[in-house]
Amino acid sequence: MSTSTLDRDLAPAPAPASLLNDFSIQVATVNGSGSQSSNLVLLHTLFQMGIPISGKNLFPSNIAGLPTWYTIRASRRGYIGRKKEIDFLIALNPDTCRDDVQGLEAGASVIYDEPLKLSALRSDLTYYPVPFDKLVAPVCPVAKLRKLVRNMIYVGVAAHLTCMEMPEVERALRRQFKTKPKAADLNWAAIQAGYSFAREQFPQPDRCQLQRMDGTRGQIVIEGNAAGALGCLFAGVTVVGWYPITPSSSLCEYLIEYLKRYRRTPGGEATFACVQAEDELAACGMVLGAGWMGARAVTSTSGPGISLMSEFVGLGYYAEIPAVIFDIQRVGPSTGLPTRTAQGDLSFVATLSHGDTRHLVLLPGTVQECFDCGVAAFDLAERFQTPVFVLSDLDLGMNHWMSPPFTYPEKPMDRGKVLTAEDLRRLKGDWGRYRDVDGDGIGYRTLPGTDHPAAAFFTRGSGHNADAKYSEKGADYIANMDRLRRKWEGAREHLPAPLLEHDSSSGVGVIAYGSTHHGMVEALDQMREETDLDCAYLRVRAWPFARSVAEFVRRCQRVYVVDQNRDGQMYHLLLADLGPELGARLRSVRQYSGLPVDARSLSDAIRAQEAAARPLK
Amino acid sequence: MPTTTSTPASTPSPKVNRIGLPATDYRGAKTTLCAGCGHNAISERIIDACFEMGIDPHRFVKLSGIGCSSKAPTYFLGRSFGFNSVHGRMPSIATGAVLANRTLQALGVSGDGDTASIGLGQFIHLMRRNLPLIYIIEDNGVYGLTKGQFSATADLGAKQKSGVINELPALDTCALAVLSGATFVARSFSGDKKQLTAILKAALAHRGTVMIDVISPCVTFNDHEGSTKSYKYVLEHEEALQEVSFVPAFDDIAVDYDPGTTLDVTMHDGSHLRLRKLAQDFDPSNGQQALDVLTAAHQSGEVLTGVFYLDTTKPDFVQQLGLVGEPLAHLPEAVVRPPRAVLDEVMASLL
Ligand SMILES: Cc1ncc(C[n+]2csc(CCOP(=O)(O)OP(=O)(O)O)c2C)c(N)n1
Ligand code: SF4
Ligand SMILES: [Mg+2]
Repeated sequence: MSTSTLDRDLAPAPAPASLLNDFSIQVATVNGSGSQSSNLVLLHTLFQMGIPISGKNLFPSNIAGLPTWYTIRASRRGYIGRKKEIDFLIALNPDTCRDDVQGLEAGASVIYDEPLKLSALRSDLTYYPVPFDKLVAPVCPVAKLRKLVRNMIYVGVAAHLTCMEMPEVERALRRQFKTKPKAADLNWAAIQAGYSFAREQFPQPDRCQLQRMDGTRGQIVIEGNAAGALGCLFAGVTVVGWYPITPSSSLCEYLIEYLKRYRRTPGGEATFACVQAEDELAACGMVLGAGWMGARAVTSTSGPGISLMSEFVGLGYYAEIPAVIFDIQRVGPSTGLPTRTAQGDLSFVATLSHGDTRHLVLLPGTVQECFDCGVAAFDLAERFQTPVFVLSDLDLGMNHWMSPPFTYPEKPMDRGKVLTAEDLRRLKGDWGRYRDVDGDGIGYRTLPGTDHPAAAFFTRGSGHNADAKYSEKGADYIANMDRLRRKWEGAREHLPAPLLEHDSSSGVGVIAYGSTHHGMVEALDQMREETDLDCAYLRVRAWPFARSVAEFVRRCQRVYVVDQNRDGQMYHLLLADLGPELGARLRSVRQYSGLPVDARSLSDAIRAQEAAARPLK
Repeated sequence: MPTTTSTPASTPSPKVNRIGLPATDYRGAKTTLCAGCGHNAISERIIDACFEMGIDPHRFVKLSGIGCSSKAPTYFLGRSFGFNSVHGRMPSIATGAVLANRTLQALGVSGDGDTASIGLGQFIHLMRRNLPLIYIIEDNGVYGLTKGQFSATADLGAKQKSGVINELPALDTCALAVLSGATFVARSFSGDKKQLTAILKAALAHRGTVMIDVISPCVTFNDHEGSTKSYKYVLEHEEALQEVSFVPAFDDIAVDYDPGTTLDVTMHDGSHLRLRKLAQDFDPSNGQQALDVLTAAHQSGEVLTGVFYLDTTKPDFVQQLGLVGEPLAHLPEAVVRPPRAVLDEVMASLL
């Protein structure tokens, strides 16, 4: 289909420099109205124009009928965290449109459905009324399809107003409807209708303008859950047990898709087993059963599921069984805000289950790291013979992120310390499952089916001695628990290392982790550019902490620890690890509205505390 | 005439079995359960059945939940891997284990508390998937390990040692298993050596979920007057549905049977389960009939034993999932890590 009639022939009025390729578009619709396709077309158009983007979906815990907001951010400087202010609103939800409009900063622009009559609300905004129903009727004669293509109208209107390149819009659309050319044609007609209408009615482009740049070359766009699933695929996962829960479900759903596609033998047999379990207890049990057998097994869940898994996780820890558990965090406690994001499970997961337990917790901050942690978690679980958690969150897991392409794992798989029948013959059968032969706290295991009379041992969550025999002796218990602690301590330098994202000699530092990273990067620039406060930034990527975390704190006078939870969970883990003297340098910064952390709130919060600590220049 | 034991009486008891192992290789650690506990007798029958069937101990895994019954796997097949997991959750451990290595044979031991209360959800879903696993409930009507509280299989009106009367109806785990999709469902009694051994051997020859509820008196907490799970009560009220016998595939001795009175079922491995009709006509391929006889037995206060349901045609869970023949756990990196080109392809689709 030709786009010649719609090629941009209007010279855009020069945008205020501050908004060129630097604004956010929010689409406010009703859940279930199918606006996601339109939003992804917008997102990909910008991306194809070389403009750095991020896309965030704020949706209700409901299938249809409740308000949902999708925010696309264009950032010429490459910021992909949430931006607090909305510059361009597309208001289509009759229930929320008034609040949506009232919440805008002066000067913002609003496309709205004409019958909503929003222009009377405020006089300091730019309005673009659009008669959606009138426009969609001629392009979509079949009435029952109109609801589906209606939302494409705003793509056309926004494309004109913000000067999107129409060939890129069409390319993004056809990519979206790859397998449905007919639907693509219909939707393209709707976009064109919106575009023509806008060109006639609003000849002047908006102050939010886009212009091709070179900021996305070679990059991909992906959700963290898809990235995590790919990590599992390339880690060679063979057993998956899961139970649906937002925001985790899509990880296993992506994984199942990938496995079906890429992990069948030439004869069509599956080299994997995926089971949708009856609950998260069972999902976790399946993973432990498979891990005990020697398979690489994974489950993915969110807070409520983690709570249910806690008994099994203690078994995995104490009986020393490899397992990989993704926790895509959402807002708790209890059902909480199931479709909002948080980092509220950190301290619970770190020592999940009763008794003295300590787990290995990986903290990916980017989609690339969701992939890398996915791969690494299996090596670590088998090396350390223990459950390994990958703590992602709804923001990272379910939203669209720009990223460099992932790199293929170079290291061969590390299957850990496993004795074969051959090894046992060499040892003349003299071995014990929990003996600390190498002094690293990690014993050798045998796998069920090993053909040697001395291979078998008994796995149990009750007290046992170094030879895996039942024991209630205090000395055996202490020896075992102390060895487990040694093993955990030994993992510190083997987990993803902390990254010094930015260095500074100002004496002020920040520590952040997970998806908060993206707001942090931008907040650092804001503080430096606006008030000359140059903070060093260490991003922590795992617990237990590597020793470089203490070194970082030692170099600073004050370190702000950023958490997305009420109680400063990372702050407390750091405090416990650093001890009172170094720990006294820590300050806690907490954001927990359920929305992804934005840079402005972070820089404001840190600056406020800094101002109290010492006068700013 | 149908045979009643798997090895003809004329053969002297061999010192080693058909794979050359002595019976002692099938024993486990010395039991720590109470003397006379039904669970010990069941362990003995498992040892007999595995020895006689020539089970390779290193190709066999034992799993359990928590309870006196769940301790039992320590006391048999010491050369096999064992996993004593958490209360009521052995089915999920077994599911992961069996899927990870389909070539091993798995046996799970549970208790009536472990199965019918805390573990009921996993129990039903295990049956539903028809996972290849022998699932034994060592059923004493009480929580032995926590000192004698009623379990959900305690009969209505049964008396606790303290004198408390059970006011709630019993759950029938066999009926539940039939309804949920298990493909081999039986009930036996720890004191019925002949029947239990025959059923266990048939279980070893079956592929799919075998659910055997074995009434197993707790001599310490539930063997008194007024209990319906005591030795005395069961001996007085046991009613066998059939006379069960088993002819293993490796025994080429043809034993005659009367097709008019005896049902012969060919098992997956070619062996034969023979069910000689006793009081009533009964078709073990008919689940509805199984539910009917179980309901009737409850009403009459009988302890009905025998093979209630058997389906040798339904695919097991491993087959349903279309798994490769080799254990998933042992697939090499070259098979489980897709090549670089796959990552390139996926990345290209996201550009
Ligand atoms: C989560 C949990 N709750 C409670 C217990 C305590 N507990 C141990 S064994 C048991 C009951 C066992 O009864 P049953 O399965 O019938 O086994 P039996 O001892 O009778 O053989 C209970 C409640 C536990 N171990 N774990
Ligand atoms: S308490 Fe009962 S169930 Fe437990 S070992 Fe003793 S007799 Fe057996
Ligand atoms: Mg019991």
